[in-house]
Amino acid sequence: MNYSENHYDKKNLSDEELLKTFSPASEAEGRKDTGEFEEEELERLKQTGIDLTNPNRTGTFVQTNHSVQRCDCGSSGIELLPITEAFKKYNGLKDYWWRLISAEKDSFTREADRELDNGYFIRALPGEKVIYPLQTCLYIRDENLAQRVHNIVIAEEGSELNIITGCSTHPHLRSGLHIGISEFYVKKGAKLTFTMIHSWGENVYVRPRTGIRVEEDGVFISNYISLKGVKSVQTLPTATLAGPNALARFNSVIVAPEGSDIDIGAKVILEAPGSRSEIISRTISSGGRVVARGHLVGLAPDIKAHLECQGLILAEHGVIRAIPELEAHVADVDMSHEAAVGRIAQEEIEYLMARGLDEEEATSTIVRGFLDIKINGLPSELNEELQEVVEECHKGM
Amino acid sequence: MLKIEDLWVEVQGRDILKGINLRIGTGEIHCLFGKNGSGKTTLLMTLMGFSGYRVKHGHIIFKGEDITHLPINERARLGLGLSFQRPPTLRGVQLKNLLALYSKEIDVGRRLALTYNFEDFLERQVNLGFSGGEIKKSELLQLLAQSPDLLLLDEPESGVDVENLDVICQMIRKLLQKDLPAKRRKSGLIITHTGLILNYVNADRGHVMLNGQIYCHGNPLDIFERIKNYGYEECAKCRLFEQGLKI
Repeated sequence: MNYSENHYDKKNLSDEELLKTFSPASEAEGRKDTGEFEEEELERLKQTGIDLTNPNRTGTFVQTNHSVQRCDCGSSGIELLPITEAFKKYNGLKDYWWRLISAEKDSFTREADRELDNGYFIRALPGEKVIYPLQTCLYIRDENLAQRVHNIVIAEEGSELNIITGCSTHPHLRSGLHIGISEFYVKKGAKLTFTMIHSWGENVYVRPRTGIRVEEDGVFISNYISLKGVKSVQTLPTATLAGPNALARFNSVIVAPEGSDIDIGAKVILEAPGSRSEIISRTISSGGRVVARGHLVGLAPDIKAHLECQGLILAEHGVIRAIPELEAHVADVDMSHEAAVGRIAQEEIEYLMARGLDEEEATSTIVRGFLDIKINGLPSELNEELQEVVEECHKGM
Repeated sequence: MLKIEDLWVEVQGRDILKGINLRIGTGEIHCLFGKNGSGKTTLLMTLMGFSGYRVKHGHIIFKGEDITHLPINERARLGLGLSFQRPPTLRGVQLKNLLALYSKEIDVGRRLALTYNFEDFLERQVNLGFSGGEIKKSELLQLLAQSPDLLLLDEPESGVDVENLDVICQMIRKLLQKDLPAKRRKSGLIITHTGLILNYVNADRGHVMLNGQIYCHGNPLDIFERIKNYGYEECAKCRLFEQGLKI
């Protein structure tokens, strides 16, 4: 159908080839996957929202390659465990393990099902409301590893939980594969905010597989940010709004530099009356390829759902495909979408120039605004990084 | 302050302005009347230097400098300021961020918002879902932060309800230093259809534009009254008569 797709497919490895190319993270044993972080690594983690010295964190989970380096939580209302321990403690977590995603879904889920390099288990007890975020970090330190994790997050009835997840690789690492299975359970009246920041190496492949279930009056908010180059990301988190008035919101900010191939989106199945959803993505291609997907499925009356894919192309070879899908199975639904892809309009630049800004200042003001989707509690390091990315973007113009 | 000499402008291959001559002195306020499509907005857009408005002939002299081919932002820095009739939407850009960029004054947005009583407005994304009145307010706030010496206003009162008209006119008076008659250094060129603005701002001169040419200069109130009573056709006849041609 289009040239660019084929063009990129040739460069990318198939699922099976990928799995063969990288060796299991567990085989990094004996290398430097334990021990303290170096200064540049700590900086890298900070850019993904992970600050190991910040007192304003409810808990911290850090996994390097396949070993859990830190797993501590200051709140008695929150249970934080490596998933392997939780699995034992709760007899195989049978109500939660592979309940939202099928282990047979694809090569990556099968791989994670076959052999695991840990992951985290987080559970907010009923009614527990945590002020400070909990931080979780999945970090690949060595070249050519495949890191396979399975995470389960449960927000019990009436609880409130805010998680920042930073996924990154060592600053000098180039190649790797990350497979992350995540299952989120938001129970009646609970609220879960999940902010995920990716900062991978240039030749890293990322395959998250995510399922979410939100019960009556529950709220799930996902924020996803990826500003750095990455070889390939492919993911489509799927949320099911199973109870009346459940809400799911997905915000993503994605920058694809030259060489990056990012296929990302969200699917929400609105199963219960009165449930609501919003999927908003802002993507910039500074030379890379982005597919921005959104799929809303309305199965019950009185639902409200909106989808917004906005893409800016800032470099000649950039490609952005916005694929918004609306699917209604009953009559009484309110579903809409908005999608726009293109360059920055000359009219907008001139508007700001007429007030005295030069062309470069005007462009960066517009790009900054474009990327600003108001995510509360973003670390200042990330904001700085965002500024840098904006500056970089223009150099490519 | 501004001198336009035999200005011919083309938009999308069509001649829109056909030999405009106009002078605006320091501290003077001029009004521009004319039918829709007569070229008034084109004149303002050309003065500001927007792409798509190609000067075929003539000169624009501002503060003694020939700005005919200067980039937009350099004209703005020299002291030209324009309020847009239909400005573009800037997603994610808050009005207060723009105000901060346009002025050296710290917290300029807060001061202005307090003065004109619309603080909640500052957090809004620029022009996103703005009503007609809100667009005018936002444009004038931005101009107040920018503080230009020659103000180009394109129908500042159109689409504004009576309640907002008052505050908008106060802002325009402030921009034009109407309260400092003796020391006024600011000038203005205002396009108006309704003439309402004339009740708030004493304009010094009026001009009628028809078919890309300025047909008539004179006292703005007299001109406006004549247009109200006899329509623009009369201006055309009047001009022809002046030129000693047969009607």
